[in-house]
Amino acid sequence: MNVFVDAIAWLLDPAQYTGSNSVPVLIGQQLFYTFVSVLIAALIAVPIGWAIGHTGRGREFAVAVSGAARAIPSFGLLILLILLLGVTQKTEAAFITFVVLAIPALLAGAYSGLQAIDRRTIDAARAVGMTEWQILWRVEVPLGLPLLVGGIRSAVLQVVATVTIAGYTDLGGLGFRIIQGIDLRAIDQVLGAALVLALLALLLDAVFALLQRMSVPRGIRAASAAPQRRRRPVAATA
Amino acid sequence: MSWIWSNLDLIFSLSLDHIRQSVIAIVLGFVLSVPLGWVAWRYRLLRGWVITLTGLLYTIPSLALLVLLPSALGYGIRTETNLIVGLTIYAIAIQTRSVADGFDSVDPGVRQAATAMGYGGFRRFWAVDLPLSGPVVLAGLRVMSVSTVSLATVGILVGVTNLGYLFTNGIQRRLLEEVFAGIVAVAVIALLIDALLVLLGRLVLPWAHVASPRATRRRARRRAEATA
Repeated sequence: MNVFVDAIAWLLDPAQYTGSNSVPVLIGQQLFYTFVSVLIAALIAVPIGWAIGHTGRGREFAVAVSGAARAIPSFGLLILLILLLGVTQKTEAAFITFVVLAIPALLAGAYSGLQAIDRRTIDAARAVGMTEWQILWRVEVPLGLPLLVGGIRSAVLQVVATVTIAGYTDLGGLGFRIIQGIDLRAIDQVLGAALVLALLALLLDAVFALLQRMSVPRGIRAASAAPQRRRRPVAATA
Repeated sequence: MSWIWSNLDLIFSLSLDHIRQSVIAIVLGFVLSVPLGWVAWRYRLLRGWVITLTGLLYTIPSLALLVLLPSALGYGIRTETNLIVGLTIYAIAIQTRSVADGFDSVDPGVRQAATAMGYGGFRRFWAVDLPLSGPVVLAGLRVMSVSTVSLATVGILVGVTNLGYLFTNGIQRRLLEEVFAGIVAVAVIALLIDALLVLLGRLVLPWAHVASPRATRRRARRRAEATA
């Protein structure tokens, strides 16, 4: 356990908080890459996912895309893109990799959120005269929001892990210090950076878990808080 | 293509390393997640804990896990054991949930019928609960095995040799073909294992694709077309 004491000592060393490789800067880089990539991926995947969920068409396409994407190692894709685009365009290659990686989770979150809605709710919305556009924005999107936030949550966590791996290519972020430390056999640096990274991921997960809970529409929350009233047998009133 | 043809031996031996590492992790992850998933399903109070804990393990980035674990458990970072333990933990994290979901998917009526026929808890588990949870568990196993094979490439970053070597060596030597060969080899292995699992599912769970409502509907439609 001595090595963990060394790691804590490394983390508490003021040298880690100055200069261009300081821990706060690395955390900032890690978050910057993650959020920009997930945002770009969301702009692409969410409209497609909503279209699939609303029309019910193209679900097989989405499933096939996510299945195929899972089989491709993101580390290999990153290196392939760096070689294809040229080493000077490393950052662009990294962003493309992260966006590609984030798309399946976001796509699944967007369309499964819409598909999980009780069909009768949507029929009712249509019956009261809502247009398709209104149904999408005022019924389907709010009701599907928790699952979409769940998709964003897993996309963010996957991208955070992959940004770490991208540290191999001198891209910055906490992964760079881990990989550099393994080469230098500086175990305190390796463990210190890994601890910060693990905590960062757990913190992001907690934040998104909270957002997911907050994204449940108020009406649904009230209904699930009082399940007795909802489940009263229909036969009794008939 | 010349690099690939003259290095087929290397690709083949790295593939064998890769398959060995991932298959051990997949099997271990599956075997360990069945009791965990069962506990989560059987004891409501524990469910939240088990699912949350395995979910948190999955949250930790792979590179962090692969350097933290050996220091905590006392083996070398560069050993194959390290990669296999790490991959097994991720496999458990994915699979435990789908095992619990699988037991959930068993019709309670069927379970009651088994109890009524005199099946005790132990026999009912092996003869009713486990086989009937099969289709859902298999779906989870397919996801888990594909991600394990693809994640294993990260091993090269902590010094464990497998197909990931083609990526690091490829960028050092600026050999596009080498990197491409690595990606294709990983994808082929992932898809082969997936196909094997599907085949295994057909053999062990012959009822799974008979009972699927969509297949029944498709068959009914085909029959209707044939008679029309």
